Amino acid sequence: MTELIKGGSFLISQTEPEQVYTPEDFNDFHKMVSDTVASFIKEKVLPVTDSIEKMEDGVTVGLLRQMGELGFVGSDIPEKFGGAEADKITSLIIAEQVSRGGSFSVAFGAHTGIGTLPILFFGNEEQKKRYLPGLASGQKVAAYALTEAEAGSDAMNAKTRAVLSEDGKHYILNGSKQFITNASWADVIVTYAKVDGQHFTAFIVDRDAPGVSIGAEEHKMGIKGSSTCSVIFEDAKVPVENLLGQLGKGHQVAFNILNIGRYKLGVGCSGAAKYALELASRYAQERIQFNLPLAKFGLIKSKIADMNIRTYVTESICYRTGGLINSLVENLDMDAEDAGQKVAEGIQEYATECSIVKIVGSETLDFVADEAVQIHGGYGYSQEYAVERIYRDSRINRIFEGTNEINRLIIPATLLKKAQKGEIPLIQAALKLQEELLMPTMQEESDELLGKEVQAIENFKKIFLLISGTAAQKYGEKLIKEQEILGRMADMVDEIFSAETAMLRAKKIAAAKGEDAAALAVKMTVCYVNELVPKFEAWAKEVVAAMEEGDTRRTLFSILRKLTRYEQENVFALKREIADAVLKGNKYTVTV
Amino acid sequence: MEIIVCIKQVPDTTEVKIDPVKGTLIREGVPSIVNPFDKNALEAALQIREQKGGKVTVLTMGPPQAVDALRECLAMGADEAVLLSDRAFAGADSWATSYTLAKAIEKVGKPELIFCGKQAIDGDTAQVGPGIAEHLGLPQATYVQKIREVQSEQLLVERAIEGGYEVITVPLPAMIAVEKSINEPRFPTMMGTMKAHKKTIPTWSAADIGAEADKIGLDGSCTQVKRVFAPERKGQGEMLTGETENEVCLLLLEKLQGAKIV
Ligand SMILES: Cc1cc2nc3c(=O)[nH]c(=O)nc-3n(C[C@H](O)[C@H](O)[C@H](O)COP(=O)(O)OP(=O)(O)OC[C@H]3O[C@@H](n4cnc5c(N)ncnc54)[C@H](O)[C@@H]3O)c2cc1C
Repeated sequence: MTELIKGGSFLISQTEPEQVYTPEDFNDFHKMVSDTVASFIKEKVLPVTDSIEKMEDGVTVGLLRQMGELGFVGSDIPEKFGGAEADKITSLIIAEQVSRGGSFSVAFGAHTGIGTLPILFFGNEEQKKRYLPGLASGQKVAAYALTEAEAGSDAMNAKTRAVLSEDGKHYILNGSKQFITNASWADVIVTYAKVDGQHFTAFIVDRDAPGVSIGAEEHKMGIKGSSTCSVIFEDAKVPVENLLGQLGKGHQVAFNILNIGRYKLGVGCSGAAKYALELASRYAQERIQFNLPLAKFGLIKSKIADMNIRTYVTESICYRTGGLINSLVENLDMDAEDAGQKVAEGIQEYATECSIVKIVGSETLDFVADEAVQIHGGYGYSQEYAVERIYRDSRINRIFEGTNEINRLIIPATLLKKAQKGEIPLIQAALKLQEELLMPTMQEESDELLGKEVQAIENFKKIFLLISGTAAQKYGEKLIKEQEILGRMADMVDEIFSAETAMLRAKKIAAAKGEDAAALAVKMTVCYVNELVPKFEAWAKEVVAAMEEGDTRRTLFSILRKLTRYEQENVFALKREIADAVLKGNKYTVTV
Repeated sequence: MEIIVCIKQVPDTTEVKIDPVKGTLIREGVPSIVNPFDKNALEAALQIREQKGGKVTVLTMGPPQAVDALRECLAMGADEAVLLSDRAFAGADSWATSYTLAKAIEKVGKPELIFCGKQAIDGDTAQVGPGIAEHLGLPQATYVQKIREVQSEQLLVERAIEGGYEVITVPLPAMIAVEKSINEPRFPTMMGTMKAHKKTIPTWSAADIGAEADKIGLDGSCTQVKRVFAPERKGQGEMLTGETENEVCLLLLEKLQGAKIV
């Protein structure tokens, strides 16, 4: 049994390259699955995009079934319930490849992720036997209904009620759910209601149970081919056997599942970003203006490079997190009765990482999709070109599975809770740092690969500790009300994880295949850290200025100045090289 | 029914770019795939196995990395796979290749059917399938676009010919080379991929199949490549348009007279 890495511990400890899982670690099986799903999307899904977007009858569900028959829908499900029981990296790879399919991927993701996983993780043997085989094969479609009109971000404010029927055989549900993905074609709906108005509880509801109806389709900005409707319960009769998990413990189901939803959303964004980058790269080489292909212009190259860099960072943190979760699952006895619940709880350990992946993934895709449209100029604004759809489809990712604001609030809250419980020694680290910062130190020049960046990232961690230590001392329990500070803390955590993972992956490639093979990853890391340093200083100063005045403020400012000392590199030149590598293969590129 | 499918790993020519200066293919960074026609061949074999039972073995001659192509075939549902790999096989033309494959087929056993794709998209010769049949002294049906009936002694197939097709019976054992239109190859399944991943694939050398040294590889090849070049571009064609057919004909006549051709 390998020692598991604690969630959030990357902030205070040093991680070695060999401890992070990277796409370079995919085995042949992963690669084969990746290729097969990629061809399926290319050959079966993309050609029918128009039909999907118009929600023509049976198209999306038909494709879901086909993927189910091939075994790609039930990747996470044990063999005894009709699934493939592959590792967690495999289901990430599938999610990433499917994401090129836009609306289809939303249907696929909601079904395989938040729709199916509650039953897989929290269902009892009987419920698993009844539901999982159909869900694994795609014969049955699942939905996850948590949101209500008055309970969006504030999910616990649910008004849906459940009462036990007089004969004790059914729960009678009343209430309605809002914005439910897959609603119009779902057979199975995992939902939540307060039993007797108090005990928030999860239920499995069959679509055809009496009293369940589905509202009209929402007219959406993007992912138009996915189904989003309200689900209405009017004296809906749900058999008592369909109570999922424990009475009053619905929040465990709801929130644990969202963690998984979040990191899968992130990897989906990585896949869609790669697709947008491919399209942009091709277009930039075909479109001639001023007698030159767009790809020859510095400003276009710089966009291509930025798209590749941010996608690299996103992909890297997705699979690092995937690796953490995979080791966790490998260390569990999956045949145990409560294995699923243990997995879900274990994933809670990595709630911080899951939220980071969600935020960074969705913001990367928005950036990449936006630049892909920009590179296409007016044609990017036309529905003739796929980037127009990618741009519209991207936007939802910052909203669902917990808005990015809510996820930003979750990050420091989770970390502070872990610190208070002593799970990660944040407070000790902050105190030690304060002593250290008072002593005059000389930073040593290092000649190791990415030495300067390693140092910069170390310093980011110090800044984070300094800021959060100061804030925790100043506000104590009331820190929770200082959202702007929490938001900046989350930004710092996101970027520390991002920059560090980019750096570790580059080093891991260098160790395995040599520095030449790692050259591009190294350049991307350098560019990323270069742009981060001044941002970090500005964020930290904002927070300090909000908390402190006079001498204390000035002292902190001067510490920050010291911690953000970094000699700027020529990123323009680096980015041209990065762009050229992308343009050469017309695709997202890490190693050449 | 015992079936052998011969496949080839080829560069994905849809992804190949042409060097604008030299006019040659840029192979660097181009992904390798199973020759598309060979996937049709495998699909045809799998469908017969599903109907009649039996075993499907895929066979390829190629470099060690061609094992990836074999694994993909296993993931699609083939039962066994064999890789023929030996430095001595390198540089083989279609004669030496078909000899080598024929020797390997003899080692696998006595198949009732051998399937090939009609041609490989990198060489486009369409000679290897027929070559195998000749080396083994078996009947063959090429350009097969449909298998109408599988009987124990013979196969009833449609062969694509110019302007239509012909229906023929082929006595078994036989070699069948298939067209793309014969079927739509299935995708590999997740379970198939898992099995394929775990399967050990034997590699056979020239010695293993008892191939004679002067019949394999470059030495055994009857054809030699002298030069590879891109044909020079001839002048552009010209489209003639007019209101009526007569008008266009007259226009053409004028042009031909102008050029002193008529
Ligand atoms: C296409 C689509 C599909 C969806 N699919 C599903 C599904 O399958 N299942 C499901 O259960 N739900 C689904 N949702 C619902 C989605 O998860 C919610 O829309 C989302 O959680 C936000 O809730 P809300 O829309 O009520 O926004 P609100 O909660 O009203 O938020 C509005 C804004 O206020 C911010 N905000 C809210 N609270 C705070 C706070 N405390 N501090 C600071 N800022 C705050 C938010 O970040 C946001 O910017 C879907 C939504 C859409 C649009």
